[in-house]
Amino acid sequence: MAEEILRLEKVCKSYNVGLPSETEVLHDVDLRLERGEFLALMGPSGSGKSTLLNIIGLLDRPTSGRLTIKDRDTGRLDDAELTALRGRTIGFVFQYHYLISAFTAAENVMMPMLAGRGFPHPEIEARARALIERVGLSAVADHGAANMSGGQQQRVAVARALAMRPDLVLADEPTGNLDTKSADAVFALMREVNRESGTSFLLVTHNMDLAKRCDRIIEVVDGRIVS
Amino acid sequence: MKRWLPFEWIAAVRFLREGRLQTLFIIGGISIGVGVIVFMSAMLAGLEANFIKRVLTSQAQIQLIAPEQVARPLRDAPGEFEDAAVQRPSQRIISIDQWSMILDRMRGMPEVTAASPTMSGSALAIRGDASRSISVAGVDPATYFAIVHLPDFIVAGEPRLTSEDIVIGTELARALGASVGDKLNVQSASGAVRTLTIAGLFDLGNKGVNLRNAYVALRTAQSLLGMIGGVTTIELTVRDIYAAEDIARRIAASNAVQADSWIKTNAQFFTAVQAQGTSNALIRLFVALSVAFGIAAVLIVSVIQRSKDIGILRAMGTSRGQILRVFLLQGGLLAFLGSLIGSALGAAALVYWHAVARQVDGSELFPLILERSLFVVTAALATLTGLLAATAPALRAARLDPVEAIRG
Repeated sequence: MAEEILRLEKVCKSYNVGLPSETEVLHDVDLRLERGEFLALMGPSGSGKSTLLNIIGLLDRPTSGRLTIKDRDTGRLDDAELTALRGRTIGFVFQYHYLISAFTAAENVMMPMLAGRGFPHPEIEARARALIERVGLSAVADHGAANMSGGQQQRVAVARALAMRPDLVLADEPTGNLDTKSADAVFALMREVNRESGTSFLLVTHNMDLAKRCDRIIEVVDGRIVS
Repeated sequence: MKRWLPFEWIAAVRFLREGRLQTLFIIGGISIGVGVIVFMSAMLAGLEANFIKRVLTSQAQIQLIAPEQVARPLRDAPGEFEDAAVQRPSQRIISIDQWSMILDRMRGMPEVTAASPTMSGSALAIRGDASRSISVAGVDPATYFAIVHLPDFIVAGEPRLTSEDIVIGTELARALGASVGDKLNVQSASGAVRTLTIAGLFDLGNKGVNLRNAYVALRTAQSLLGMIGGVTTIELTVRDIYAAEDIARRIAASNAVQADSWIKTNAQFFTAVQAQGTSNALIRLFVALSVAFGIAAVLIVSVIQRSKDIGILRAMGTSRGQILRVFLLQGGLLAFLGSLIGSALGAAALVYWHAVARQVDGSELFPLILERSLFVVTAALATLTGLLAATAPALRAARLDPVEAIRG
């Protein structure tokens, strides 16, 4: 049986808790993700996909329920421990690339390693260069992040997400802002990385064609997993 | 990417470099502020040093004189006065009692750098038909010139004071039509007359003083004023001129003398020096405050502009502490760079102003005092101000919720 990376048990999330305007956006969500799985998370806008992704990514805490990442109950961790666990275990790819424009492509990939280690190191630079090469962008490695096309930026974002050798990459509509060709290239890249390294992926998408190419599709409607 | 730079420094420098225009403008603002502080401080220090030099090299910092003479009412019996109305006695010039012992004691005090006995009194300077009333000071040149730098003010002749010499002011020489080498009759109130040779002329920068003051040897004054072996004043200089009043009080409390410090005798001048110091401190404070607010404003804008970057950095595992330090460093770096440029600007302005601004007589308005400590302290305080000013923006950045920050 494959190693379990992520488990959600009866996870609920409410906003404005205790106020008349209290709203529950996630209801008793159960989810399991194993190493090497490539999951698509689908659902209409406002269904709670992003909230679920933020909770899984340790950027937000559930109101109730239990979130376990690699057998660690995250409910018991304080903010600093969550930050450290997030840095080591989870990589993020956002819809709008969100590279830091003050740095080059290679430096953006180095950022998570640099933040974790504190100081630059030849090892960090070598890994960043290798990842940039892996995503096919060696030629623009030293270009400013702002001087690259959307597709290139998103490939750099994928490389950055992989920098810390994470167990899980969370991608929030990573192809939503790209043309079809670039979207296909980015998806293919993530799929390749998934197969090569066994990194699990949880991909939020509205694109059914892409979702069908994933191992499993999870659909969220009104804050519940329906399939 | 510099290998020896920690993550926070790399991020802070890059953020500042990316917001180039914003960074240049705020560094410009800080530089002007620091430049004003350096310029004002150095110029006022120079002006103050000049004033102090002018005032305190032509007079003693503390003067010890015989205590005021008081009439004691006669008492017939305890609680009963023979005459309740006591007339204030006239203050005749008398010698300080046990002056030699007091002088030795003064020289033994660690706060006192020089002590000299003088004999002063009024006399008449007569040459031919012309005469002027003068104040004669009999001094011991060896010790007195360490207190009043008379040789520095000699404009003709020399500051020689043998028993036959007199050194007078330029105005008195003009009034009497005398010059160096001429003889002068000096007559005391008691009628004693000495004929002295004008050894030198001084210009203490004050017309009244140049007309009235005259210096002779201590023994000459003692014999002229009829007080052989006596002195009317012991003049002192002290290590800390601003402690002169305290030292004077202590001396008066433990010796049978009246002690007047320069602070008391030049109350107006001292108040002016103090007022200048206070206004300088206030200017510095307000300039520093405006610099601090400028840094804080720029960094708050930067935090807002960079909220997405902060959110991404947080999502990638950057701790709140690291984010806090990135923004604190930006404040410190801006202020430090600004203080370096500002110090150079302030120094350049001071050198220019020193060359241009002159007194009426053409001498320098103030001495050029550019101490290294001024620049070191200014840079250190500016950097600290930058760090403090960056605290609020840095805390705001560190507290940003990554979800909200990324969503914008």
